[in-house]
Amino acid sequence: MEDFKNGLKNGIPIALGYLSVSFTFGLQAVNGGMNWWQAVLISLTNVTSAGQFAGLDIMTAGAGLWFEMACTQFIINIRYSLMSLSLSQKTDPSIRGIHRFLIAFGITDEIFAVAMGSPNDVSNKYMYGLICLPVLGWCSGTLLGAAAGQLLPEIIRSALNIAIYGMFIAIILPPARKNKAVMVVVIISVSLSCCFKWLPLLNSVSSGFVIIICAVIAAVAGAIFFPIKEEKNDGN
Amino acid sequence: MEIKSFFIYLIIMAGVTYLIRMLPFVIFKGKITNTFIKSFLYYIPYAVLGAMTFPAIIFSTGNYSSAVAGLIVACVLAFREKSLLTVAVFACIAALAVNIICLYI
Repeated sequence: MEDFKNGLKNGIPIALGYLSVSFTFGLQAVNGGMNWWQAVLISLTNVTSAGQFAGLDIMTAGAGLWFEMACTQFIINIRYSLMSLSLSQKTDPSIRGIHRFLIAFGITDEIFAVAMGSPNDVSNKYMYGLICLPVLGWCSGTLLGAAAGQLLPEIIRSALNIAIYGMFIAIILPPARKNKAVMVVVIISVSLSCCFKWLPLLNSVSSGFVIIICAVIAAVAGAIFFPIKEEKNDGN
Repeated sequence: MEIKSFFIYLIIMAGVTYLIRMLPFVIFKGKITNTFIKSFLYYIPYAVLGAMTFPAIIFSTGNYSSAVAGLIVACVLAFREKSLLTVAVFACIAALAVNIICLYI
């Protein structure tokens, strides 16, 4: 029980952060023509920020882009497999059998980071406690954002649309400033993405694939030219 | 969008995302040692966020001037390592301020 409480406590700051990010997701989903319950259902079943925003773009583009949706989610969320892998090395014997299937659902960037920061191997109760509030925050933020999207006047809604990009910039810039390799990778990815927006022919590629292509090329370039050294502090 | 299409999308999204998280957690025991794969996975989140943010941010507010104002505010605050929430809120305020000014010009 102590473990569960500790997990809950450590989950509070994550939940508060999620509340605001998912608020913008709910808002954007409603702006894109979804109902509030659809937005909440997406948040409840996915619990991932970048993947949901990219998924939303594809959904609002219309039906039938199944393969594109699968590829996009795969590329954007592939980082979770590395986190799952790392976390699987840090679990105590209580996390076995069905617990592995359940806990895997809640592995997000922040939950992973907090779990890895724990001094001991983590137990199943700790992980359930840690996952609880962030998922609750993620879903209720989505609901609030969707409600706000239906109530707020247009001029405020359009200004709020920039929130998620502001947040992305806040994630990218600090590490890019300290680590030249991250900076180069981001610049490559952004330049490619601009080419896909404005160059003829390239601008006919749909948004989901653009993200995949840009990100994979940039990350491969990073991996070739700036490989991560073993156990090196990467300035993150 | 049709309800049926929505649920197909939802199942694909949630299914792929869950499998990515679950399979390595349930199956693998060893550590990744391949430097290329490790490096690729390290850079991927930044590359994805970069491609998602630019140039989309310019079109996010329906008005170039307010979007650029929000972008500049976001960059300055992020550069100073303010929290995600602070950066997002002030980017919105800047965009809203410019939107309001544009109404009266």
